[in-house]
Amino acid sequence: MSDTNTTPVAFVRDALLQEQTPPVTAAGPVTWIKKNLFDGWFNTILTLLAIYFIYMIVSGAFPWFYNGVWTTNSLAECREILQGKTGGCFSVLTERWPQLLFGFKYPSEEYWRPTIAFFLLFFAAAPVLFNKLPRKMLIITAIFPFLAFWLIWGGSLLVPVMVAVGLIIGYVVLTKLEYQSFAMGLIGGIVATLVVWGLMGYITDPLSGVLALEQVPSRDMGGFMLNFILGVVCVSLSLPLGILLALGRQSDMLIIKWICVVFIEFIRGVPLITLLFVANVVLGYFLPPGSNFDLILRVIIMITMFSAAYIAEVVRGGLAALPKGQAEAAGSLGLDYAQSMRLIILPQALKISIPGIVNVAVGLFKDTVLVSVISMFDLVGMIRGPILASTEWNGVYWELWLAAVLFFFPICYGISQYSQWLERQLATGHR
Amino acid sequence: MTTLSDPPKGGFRLSTLINDTRYRSYTFQFIVLIALISAFAYLGSNLIANLKAAGLNISYNFLGEPAGYDINQRLIEYTSQSTHLRAAVVGMLNTLLVAVVACFLATIIGVVVGVLRLSNNWIVNKLMGVYVEIFRNVPVLIWILIIMAVFVAVLPQPREFRGDDATASMFLDLFAFTGRGFYFPRPTFTAEWAAGSTGYLIIIGLLIASFFGARALSKNATATQERTGDRPTTWYYTLAIWLVPVLVACVIMGLSWEIPALKGFNFKGGIYARNSYIALTFALSIYTAAFIAENVRAGILAISTGQTEAAASLGLRPSRTMNLVILPQALRVIIPPLISQYLNITKNSSLAIAVGYMDVTGTLGGITLNQTGRAIETVLLLMAFYLIISLSISAVMNVYNNSVKLKER
Repeated sequence: MSDTNTTPVAFVRDALLQEQTPPVTAAGPVTWIKKNLFDGWFNTILTLLAIYFIYMIVSGAFPWFYNGVWTTNSLAECREILQGKTGGCFSVLTERWPQLLFGFKYPSEEYWRPTIAFFLLFFAAAPVLFNKLPRKMLIITAIFPFLAFWLIWGGSLLVPVMVAVGLIIGYVVLTKLEYQSFAMGLIGGIVATLVVWGLMGYITDPLSGVLALEQVPSRDMGGFMLNFILGVVCVSLSLPLGILLALGRQSDMLIIKWICVVFIEFIRGVPLITLLFVANVVLGYFLPPGSNFDLILRVIIMITMFSAAYIAEVVRGGLAALPKGQAEAAGSLGLDYAQSMRLIILPQALKISIPGIVNVAVGLFKDTVLVSVISMFDLVGMIRGPILASTEWNGVYWELWLAAVLFFFPICYGISQYSQWLERQLATGHR
Repeated sequence: MTTLSDPPKGGFRLSTLINDTRYRSYTFQFIVLIALISAFAYLGSNLIANLKAAGLNISYNFLGEPAGYDINQRLIEYTSQSTHLRAAVVGMLNTLLVAVVACFLATIIGVVVGVLRLSNNWIVNKLMGVYVEIFRNVPVLIWILIIMAVFVAVLPQPREFRGDDATASMFLDLFAFTGRGFYFPRPTFTAEWAAGSTGYLIIIGLLIASFFGARALSKNATATQERTGDRPTTWYYTLAIWLVPVLVACVIMGLSWEIPALKGFNFKGGIYARNSYIALTFALSIYTAAFIAENVRAGILAISTGQTEAAASLGLRPSRTMNLVILPQALRVIIPPLISQYLNITKNSSLAIAVGYMDVTGTLGGITLNQTGRAIETVLLLMAFYLIISLSISAVMNVYNNSVKLKER
């Protein structure tokens, strides 16, 4: 370097060159197309094939949508209007819309109730899903299950309120006894809750007319609402159960560990359909004689067990990803098992496993359509049963299945996009 | 000698059981065990009471009784006079048939889509993304029903093949794709001693022998390469090992093809795959392929570009880089989720009941259950069947995982 200074230099540029736009051959849409679509013969063939495929789909689907009929009362009328042209009979959707949403038995003057519950769900789920929202919104989340139960099933508002009061009292007892030992607090809380519920029965029975909505038995639930209820209820119930199972599987206590292992592997090894068969035809044999469990309740039990096993495996992955030092550090601070789990281990492990849990939730929501196999009238059950079997709409496949796809796709896609977003958020949190 | 950490030697108190860490875990396990036993006892007593009330008992004798129903798609001999056990076996074989074929198809489609999703071609890349997202986010049951409807509606009915002005024709005059199902030519052997299934068994045996022969050849080639540094060209020997014995056997046994032909209202002869089977297999394949595509993509992306660059700097050609460096590492990431997708296919094949394909859920868990009313026994058998398949696949996966695990010091 030093000799550049000693030898005389003819010219040294002291100002930057003006920036120039790249040449046309290196940028611009034409180059982009060339580079991305027609780069080599293989790519060209692929592009042409893809364009042909898209053309086929669009040219087939466009007239079908464009000529679609939205306002007739039966397939015959619709065909009359179309007169042989290609076109969809979307009127099946407009005419049977309430049935697709709520099933065919839910009283039509009460449709507003599940609708309100549905919209409230967004407010209840928002603070759980997005950390940045004010924490006070969690109150809505806490109230939501009781409110939604009252709205959808009806009956007196007192019943869910009393159930909530029981839980609150139990929680208060738990916090009071917790300083002695967590197990003691838990037992005390459960006992207190049960006692309160037992006493509340004497209050709610005579006052069953207070703030009462018309009662809707659960066998009248149907349509997409049923899928939604099953999905939301089973995911929220299976989360705590799944965490317990995962902890049990990690435990040093052999008996507890093996119970959890056998349960998880058994459930994961059989298809959900066989579990639904169990709910439908077998579970009744194991319940006390004379008891009459609702089918929907039996199905909820089985689906909850099913997804709990899968969530347990996801959470186990999260627990395994934590360095052992975390538990040891917690132990060296003098925290007992319950404390170290609640304060140190689980918050970190759950954070790692949230994307996996969300995937399980999406899978579970999709699996709720299987209840149509045991003749429950969910969305698929409604389409295959009452709608396609009716004289008016026998033969309208495409419109109905398209609607079914459009019911599920946005929700599942949205949740999986959320899970990916969350994964990115959490990844930055790890440095 | 006593140390500070020695527990005080005091009398036994009840609180020791829960407060002393030495005994606490035993106490908990004892409580759980008691709770479990009493729960089972409670359920068992309910079961006995319910069975008594219904006048039933637990017995598997029904498996030996004639089933009395017909199964339209079967791999082994079965009539309505056969036993329920045989019906269940027919169903199990049908389940395995769907599962194996769907796994095979799903792997091919999934790998192709996964690779295409990484392509630089913008339009192909996006198209594959749309395919993956649409199929992953809609329940498989809906796809099965949609594809069943597509098959029935789009493909021609057998009567459209009839007459001089037929609107449909057979593909190459060998295959018939109809809305009722697909018809393929069936190989038969004319030699008397090879008639029936003997001929097929001989062919399968020869193929297995060829597999081991080809493997021995490749091992030999590797040994030569390690000794001399040059790998002998073996591909034509391999081809010969695979083809010659089978061809010779076919000639000796007199291979002929039974071609499906339109007789009456339907095709007769050849191999007949019902539309329910085709739709179910196809739907399971393309649904699972969407998941496999994502696994493949993730596996390839997981290999850092440094690996490719290092291989290039060692002077490896691109094909060798792929075969010797990228694939072995990517497969380690891809195969475990791939096998769990195979498991999912097997479990999802139970949805056959929705399109009327007689798999084990349709025979044992469907008609046999309804005819005999033996809910507990049939559902238990059904679960045991799926459990055995799942556990054996998991066992295979564990063996594989251990064999490819990074050997760390």
